[in-house]
Amino acid sequence: MNGMIGQPVRRREDIRFITGRGRYTDDLAAAGQAYAVFARSPYARARLAKVDTAAAKASPGVVAVFTGADLAAGGIAALPCGWLVKSTDGTDMKVAPRPPLAISVVNFVGEPYAVVIADSLEAARAGAEAIEADFQDLPPAANLATAMDGPQIHEGIEQNRSFHWALGNQAKTEAAFAAAAHVTRLEFANNRLIPNAIEPRACLANYDAASDEITLTTTSQNPHLERLVLSAFVGLAPEHKLRVISPDVGGGFGSKIFIYPEETAAAWAARELRRAVKWTADRSEAFLSDAHGRDHLTTAELAMDAQGTFLGLRVHTRANLGAYLSTFASSVPTYLYGTLLAGQYRTPAIWVEVDGVYTNTAPVDAYRGAGRPEATYVVERLVETAARELKLDPAEIRRRNFIHEFPYETPVALVYDIGDYEQSLARALTLADVAGFPQRRAEAEKRGMKRGLGYSCYIEACGLAPSQLAISLGAGVGLYESGEVRVNPTGSVTVFTGSHSHGQGHETTFAQVVATKFGIPIEQVEVVHGDTGRMEFGLGTYGSRSLAVGGSALVKSAEKVIEKGKKISGHMLETTPDDIDFEDGVYRARGTNRQMTFGEVALAAYVPANFPEGLEPGLSEKTFYDPKNFTYPAGSHIAEVEIDPETGVVKVVAFTAVDDFGEIINPMIVEGQVHGGVAQGIGQALLEHGVYDDTGQLITGSFMDYAMPRAGDLPSFSVETTVTPCTHNPLGAKGCGEAGAIGAPAAIINAVTDALGVKDIAMPASPERVWRALQGA
Amino acid sequence: MKLSMVVNGVPREIDAAPSALLVDILRSDLRLTGTHVGCDTSQCGACTVRMNGRAVKSCTVLAGQAEGAEVTTIEGLGAPGALHPLQAAFQETHGLQCGFCTPGMIMAALDLVESGERLDETKVREGLAGNLCRCTGYHNIVRAVLLAAGANA
Repeated sequence: MNGMIGQPVRRREDIRFITGRGRYTDDLAAAGQAYAVFARSPYARARLAKVDTAAAKASPGVVAVFTGADLAAGGIAALPCGWLVKSTDGTDMKVAPRPPLAISVVNFVGEPYAVVIADSLEAARAGAEAIEADFQDLPPAANLATAMDGPQIHEGIEQNRSFHWALGNQAKTEAAFAAAAHVTRLEFANNRLIPNAIEPRACLANYDAASDEITLTTTSQNPHLERLVLSAFVGLAPEHKLRVISPDVGGGFGSKIFIYPEETAAAWAARELRRAVKWTADRSEAFLSDAHGRDHLTTAELAMDAQGTFLGLRVHTRANLGAYLSTFASSVPTYLYGTLLAGQYRTPAIWVEVDGVYTNTAPVDAYRGAGRPEATYVVERLVETAARELKLDPAEIRRRNFIHEFPYETPVALVYDIGDYEQSLARALTLADVAGFPQRRAEAEKRGMKRGLGYSCYIEACGLAPSQLAISLGAGVGLYESGEVRVNPTGSVTVFTGSHSHGQGHETTFAQVVATKFGIPIEQVEVVHGDTGRMEFGLGTYGSRSLAVGGSALVKSAEKVIEKGKKISGHMLETTPDDIDFEDGVYRARGTNRQMTFGEVALAAYVPANFPEGLEPGLSEKTFYDPKNFTYPAGSHIAEVEIDPETGVVKVVAFTAVDDFGEIINPMIVEGQVHGGVAQGIGQALLEHGVYDDTGQLITGSFMDYAMPRAGDLPSFSVETTVTPCTHNPLGAKGCGEAGAIGAPAAIINAVTDALGVKDIAMPASPERVWRALQGA
Repeated sequence: MKLSMVVNGVPREIDAAPSALLVDILRSDLRLTGTHVGCDTSQCGACTVRMNGRAVKSCTVLAGQAEGAEVTTIEGLGAPGALHPLQAAFQETHGLQCGFCTPGMIMAALDLVESGERLDETKVREGLAGNLCRCTGYHNIVRAVLLAAGANA
């Protein structure tokens, strides 16, 4: 395949976005729609003794008020967690029930306990204010560091611990430490982040009494999964009576994967009221109620011989789960974290233990990278620190330990199929002009500035798969993707994918893939996604999986279409399908001058004159593609920072990323994905921090308090790619969406600690923290 | 209260509540949904439109303040097939991903491009301080603005 593959085709979706014609959920309006506003807990932990809705119901314009008890009586069950993790003692993780609207207890600030539906948004707000709830507040366990010794949040869950999970070989790891010449040890937090897609969550739920169908239009990264969970577990409606549409979505970063209370309650209310119900979160609600990310406390140790050869890695992590287990919360600090601790290295013995801990804070779940940034931070902070302690060049210690032979089976359950870590590191060293760094540092010193350089050689596992393995490890869903390629009678092509685009540009890249396969102009290919009514199933977009899994499904379907086309053209050209060659959009009878174009075959397929028995009319094929393995994107990131000792401000003066994403369909889009990921990684390292005080109040609940990266906080990035094609999918693609967020934090903190000459500094390395570090305080 | 304003060149008469914001009028009354709301506290800039020749955050403009004003939204800037150079530059440089912040970003950048000032990367980054983008890391947005301004992108 070549054609448009590898070309920076400009995005077709851009035209609607740059002219204001995008259609996001809140842009939609249904005739006679009512508005939902949620009453939320002001307490981190309280008994909800009574919810008096009489005054709210009497408030002007209020149509209805529903409480958690009303939803339960209406058959709505608790929101489930989709991945069952087992503790080391063999017991299942302990799950606290999470009713969509709290019934008798509230466990985090912002937890909804009632919804007011009214004729206008203002009336709904006034109604929510009029609800009288009798809270008996209880002492919260809001702090991860002390939560295991704090007040017990959920009945029957001692120490607030959902699970104690481990992976690796403990005895072998202990032996490695016993034999080590040197051990590097770090204790640190991986700071809590709040995803903050710029489009807040929203939904418009409608009920059609004639068909008894609910249509839920919502800001979801995976509408089929939302339908499945709401149907199978929550009991909202049978799957064939529930349609979930996810139109243009303004960013997700993981936070729009999950099944949330608000959308559930709005959809249920729409049917109860026989009226469309609209809900759009304001930013404060987004801060309080979207699933947060990261939030680990970790102790990590790396055992080495005297030459810096890694012998063993020992990690203990306490992971904050928040007040309830969100949809995939349990998989993030376990299977998406512990399995990545080998990094790019041949560390022969690894042992990781994770305590998953409930706290009285918003649920924590996957956020861009999801477990892999945390793992990379552990490995790459340790490796850089070890290099300094052993007085080795940070590139050299990595080279000494790189994996060179593939496939490589790690001590933490993964098999890397391919990679070339030397190559990406070498290119990054050149691109970042590491050789010129001492001179730049000296020049900075003359200006009174401190300059530092930091590396991060990350690996990630993407395209989560295969289904059989994931399900055996507790996943409640398969991890394949569906793709249908429908050739219309006139030769245009409509592609249906179960992946979902919320900024990734699938409408362009997937069209590039299919148009190239068929040898037809890209304008003839339309990509449709995000509607359970239009494609039969799908698992959506997360974990950098769309191209590697969803794109591969389309390749398989396109190949099936070509095979069918050979049968049709073989018949029409009076030869056998085996004697038909398909190239550049033309079916040719081998050894003759007879041929049919792609379009002619399409028309013949739908006007089947004289088809032989066994040759069906039509030209449409679908595939459920279930990968054989994860893909393993990897790369080297190098950050260069300059610190003003007077103010403690860290300026990122250069950021170099050399990534191996396998084969690339559209390099322009790939670079954009890296830029965005790196920006979020720099945000984590220098700016962003979701903070609760000890009473469980979120004190970073607005853009005034939660420092999102702005244009002036970031440099232009230097981005390149190397290519080792994935060995097990037809595109050779690995995925690129999360790499930046995975690699960048360690690179930045390695650079900051280098500049400051300190062993460690907490993320985010804010001016205050940097200034204090400089004062030795 | 009755208001009149010229929106994208078209005179409009609107009956608005005194507490209504300009963004409410644009999105709800006039159904110009290209202008987005990302934070409702004036920090993200997704709602940026042009009022009387200057970029304003329409979530912090009371409807009454827009009485008699000339307002331009993203829909009035250019259309498919007749893009404003700034819109074209955003597509050309891949200056957008999810597209949600984009209308506000473009309307804010319009002030910069039309300021007559000689723009460079630093000035563009400072000039866009009021607009958040979570997707692009700003790299390609900066390139788009410089391209539209005729500077070396």
